[in-house]
Amino acid sequence: MTDIRDALMVGRSSDGRLVRRPISPHLQIYRLPMTAKLSISHRISGVALAAGTLLLVWFLVAAATSDAAYATVSSFLRSPVGYLMLFGWTAALWYHFCAGVRHLFWDAGNGFTLPTVRVTDKLVPGAALALTILTWLIVLLAA
Amino acid sequence: MSKSPEIAVMRSQLSRARGLGAAHSGTGHWWAERVTSIALVPLTLWFVYAAIHLAGLPRAAVVAWAGHPVNATLLLALILAVFHHLQLGLQVVIEDYIHTERPRLAWILAMKAGVALLGLAAAISVLKLAFAG
Repeated sequence: MTDIRDALMVGRSSDGRLVRRPISPHLQIYRLPMTAKLSISHRISGVALAAGTLLLVWFLVAAATSDAAYATVSSFLRSPVGYLMLFGWTAALWYHFCAGVRHLFWDAGNGFTLPTVRVTDKLVPGAALALTILTWLIVLLAA
Repeated sequence: MSKSPEIAVMRSQLSRARGLGAAHSGTGHWWAERVTSIALVPLTLWFVYAAIHLAGLPRAAVVAWAGHPVNATLLLALILAVFHHLQLGLQVVIEDYIHTERPRLAWILAMKAGVALLGLAAAISVLKLAFAG
């Protein structure tokens, strides 16, 4: 210990050894509860969707420009990378949608009790997964 | 004679009435995020339906589809709500992770410029499809 402030950071482990306390919430030690995992996923999916709007803009600009530009975007979207991006985009969209609807319910003051949150913790990713699969089933069956 | 009781209020009455708080913008940002997200619930459902319909169609069919006033209206409404919602959300992300004032402001301005240009490009493309084909 070189700094007096370190004294506040020292504690005892369950077997009595002196240990340096982790700075809370230390992501490598503190296990995120489900609500926190879904919360950070909501943010990540939102940023991913923001990046994904580039595809939408490219598609619209190409469709408004020329047959050649439209052919380029069409062939990109039908390439393996294009399909992967569209699939990721669909998954992010449905996840952000479902988690966002839960946020709207919370904003209206509903669904804050722990038993309800435990249910919606499963409902949100479950519904997002189901909607993603359903969307791609429709796409593949229609093709 | 005793002194009359006083309560020290650090905040001016004008500041309280304005209700703008420490962020200087009140609940405006938060509220706009909710309003756009409510609008995006039906618009997203419609958009996924439309995107599945448009998948794999030749350009002429996309032009004809966008030429329908209902489709063009909903597409423009979607673009407006998406890009407004998107810049509100990205602003919060930047504010949360960039703690120094100058780079934070620079990132927010750059992000807003990029989002505005993307949104305008999307909207103008839809208008061109709707009016000129």
